[in-house]
Amino acid sequence: MTDLSEIRHVAPHETGAARGASIVFERVGKHYEGKGGRTQALAGIDFRIETGEVFGIIGRSGAGKSTLLRTVNRLEAPTEGRVLVHGTDVGTLDEDALVKLRRRTGMIFQHFNLLSAKTVWDNVALPLRVAGVPREAIERKVGALLELVGLAAKKDAYPAQLSGGQKQRVGIARALVHDPEVLLCDEATSALDPETTQSILALLRDINRRLGLTVVLITHEMAVIREICDRVAVLEKGRLVELGEVWRVFGDPRSDATRALLQPLLHELPPELRQGLRPVQADAPLAPGATVLLDLRLNGQHGREFELGALALALGGPLQLLHGGIDRIAGRPLGRVVLSARSSLRSVDALRHALAGLVDQVTVLGVREEEEKEGAAHAA
Amino acid sequence: MLLDMFINATLQTLLMVGVSAAFAFVAGVPIAVVLTTTAPGGIYARPGVNRVLGSVVNVLRSAPFIILLVALIPFTRWVVGTSIGLWAAVVPLSIASTPFFARMVEVSLREVDRGLVEAAQAMGCKRGHIVRHVLLPEALPGIIAGFTLTVVTMIGSSAMAGAVGGGGLGDLAIRYGYQRFDTVVMLEVIALLIVLVGAVQWSGDALARRANRRERA
Repeated sequence: MTDLSEIRHVAPHETGAARGASIVFERVGKHYEGKGGRTQALAGIDFRIETGEVFGIIGRSGAGKSTLLRTVNRLEAPTEGRVLVHGTDVGTLDEDALVKLRRRTGMIFQHFNLLSAKTVWDNVALPLRVAGVPREAIERKVGALLELVGLAAKKDAYPAQLSGGQKQRVGIARALVHDPEVLLCDEATSALDPETTQSILALLRDINRRLGLTVVLITHEMAVIREICDRVAVLEKGRLVELGEVWRVFGDPRSDATRALLQPLLHELPPELRQGLRPVQADAPLAPGATVLLDLRLNGQHGREFELGALALALGGPLQLLHGGIDRIAGRPLGRVVLSARSSLRSVDALRHALAGLVDQVTVLGVREEEEKEGAAHAA
Repeated sequence: MLLDMFINATLQTLLMVGVSAAFAFVAGVPIAVVLTTTAPGGIYARPGVNRVLGSVVNVLRSAPFIILLVALIPFTRWVVGTSIGLWAAVVPLSIASTPFFARMVEVSLREVDRGLVEAAQAMGCKRGHIVRHVLLPEALPGIIAGFTLTVVTMIGSSAMAGAVGGGGLGDLAIRYGYQRFDTVVMLEVIALLIVLVGAVQWSGDALARRANRRERA
């Protein structure tokens, strides 16, 4: 057992921290012996999930994230390394101890996995019934949980009569009946529409805050990570390629896998803005009146904002916002804007210099050709 | 007189099929559970046990009933003390229908989504709980449908019980309809059998529908 004071020390959230559990992966690997030889599903996974945090594991399909998640409650046993939950090595548990661990570790699934032959009430009550909890205690607990997930009115319905979002709410209620310290979410929102996804994520966030339990979720959607996670691990081909706070990973992705996963969230430059752009050298002089296209980025590290007034002053000319977007992750603005500026500065270097303290990254996309010609004609 | 014969024969058929079906149910469900759970990847994976039991079931299933009826005579005598009469027919009928029913239950159990078993494990169900609360309830509609089919097949097989003096409707049809050229009796027996099979099928379907919660109600 881990010392409680230590748990409190590492807990990102103050409330209910003592109830959480940390998960430690120690050089976890998993391979399968198949007909075509050995398949390495996981290799050298080494990190820890702190008490009370919402931790995301992301990767493309087949990256091993589902296998990794299942090593926490030993639905999959690793072939190398070990997994510690609250200081206990999961691999050493006998069946009784494993059942106890699983009761302290709730899990929800992409396809909900509700029992079709049981009502909502009975589905949520089942984990308590098999644990031999007295009837009155079951009544109280199940009633309270259905209230929490907003499904008290549907208690006598069968899963087939529910919508996807409602089914996942039943799944969440079922996962919480034993007051777990950890909630594992296996692609919990992947089968849901965007609106329902938002409500389920809000519910998970709320549970994390109110009950202080550690949430580990796997997903292939960066938007889910951005929405609720504190930290994220990126898996690629069974290996950990990136790990850190969400804003850091989003603002400054280091691996190709992360960049590929971030792609849908990036505000890519529309092709029509690229048309008629002439690339410029860093030390090349800029013609007077030329319109320069700038790609400015914030990566959250310094907590900067896009101060449009300050940008216009620094560039010494009018500017036009063409494209872009800003996300706020953990209160930090991250984003990218493309703007065109009719700057009074006479070289690319000077532009960069002027913008240095205002944004985190400056890329000069090019100079607008036709306007330059126009400007040149004007000057002539 | 003839009516008495009909009533008697019908009761004999119902008794034979009823007792054998009860036996097939009681023995078939556990066999199917063992077959499913001991299979590779099952919750009690024991490939050796699975292969042996699977072979026994297959051997019993491949013998035609009339041959099994004769081949089992020594065993039947050992169990019920005689090799002729109604009870002598019950033994081979039970033994022939149990593996048939067990295979059908096995199919239904296999069709239970693996995700449900995984969810049950994740919520802290022991293996016995998984059988009782997940596998059997989820497979119930299929088990009922399989049992219906088994009973219908048994009604057909019970016609051969006449060979060991078991009586019943099939025996009546052969002795009066075939051996005495009494077509009326034959047709009446056929009509009775149709009603009987129809009634079994209809109640089986109704029960299976009630047990099935997978579709929106």
